[in-house]
Amino acid sequence: MDQRNQFHRQVALMRQSLFDQGYIDEQFVQLEELQDDTNPNFVEEVVTLYYRDSARLIVSIEQALDKSPLDFNKLDSLMHQFKGSSSSIGARKVKAECTQFREYCKAENGEG
Amino acid sequence: MATEAKFHVLAVDDSIIDRKLIERLLRTSSYQVTAVDSGSKALELLGLNRDKEGEEEEIGDEAEETPSVSPSCQEMEVNLIITDYFMPGMTGYDLLRKIKESKYYKNVPVVIMSSENVPSRITRCLEEGAEEFFLKPVQLSDVNKLRPHLLKGRGRDQKAASSIELAVS
Repeated sequence: MDQRNQFHRQVALMRQSLFDQGYIDEQFVQLEELQDDTNPNFVEEVVTLYYRDSARLIVSIEQALDKSPLDFNKLDSLMHQFKGSSSSIGARKVKAECTQFREYCKAENGEG
Repeated sequence: MATEAKFHVLAVDDSIIDRKLIERLLRTSSYQVTAVDSGSKALELLGLNRDKEGEEEEIGDEAEETPSVSPSCQEMEVNLIITDYFMPGMTGYDLLRKIKESKYYKNVPVVIMSSENVPSRITRCLEEGAEEFFLKPVQLSDVNKLRPHLLKGRGRDQKAASSIELAVS
């Protein structure tokens, strides 16, 4: 019983540190609130979908970055998708990076 | 409040994450949900995709004045449509227009969602007949705003049984 409590505490601490470090935000709490007895794995399902979707997007982004000259419109469109899904699950830091990336796209700043 | 059949919402979004989220939000509010990933799929489901210049009067035998009489197999019973704005191919705005042009669906409330807060976009959608414009990520408080629109629709359908003239606002 003690071990279980310890695990619970550890998970709670990890979760809190993700918030403290700005990795996740309010929106993640909204997701947690949508989880209940009828949908006990909601958060896990959404996060899993997010990882899969992100992996796919990252591959597309990398391919687009390999092209010369850079297609900024394509990159911007991909980042828009990535930013959207990150925002929907509360992945704050990722979302911020996406926003930054899109600024570079708008400025056609290939170096950025 | 008497709840007969559950309200049926059609959700349109190309993002699988947003689809999952909106589905969950809607189901939590006890709505029946069908989620599709594009405007064209939505039109297909609604039976609006057959003919671009389609004469919808040809679809089914129901009188043009009472669109809410039992649907033929092409039309679908839908109480609200919620769609993302920015989608490849057909945007939510295009979808909105097609729905408003449809005899059968033009009175179905349409809600647009977008991750970008662009006032001119919001105005355009509302002018075209969208009931609400939600900024993403959509939350439960937004979904709660849908209920009055759905109830209004249902009330209107019930009135249509007795009077053919619908008050179009």
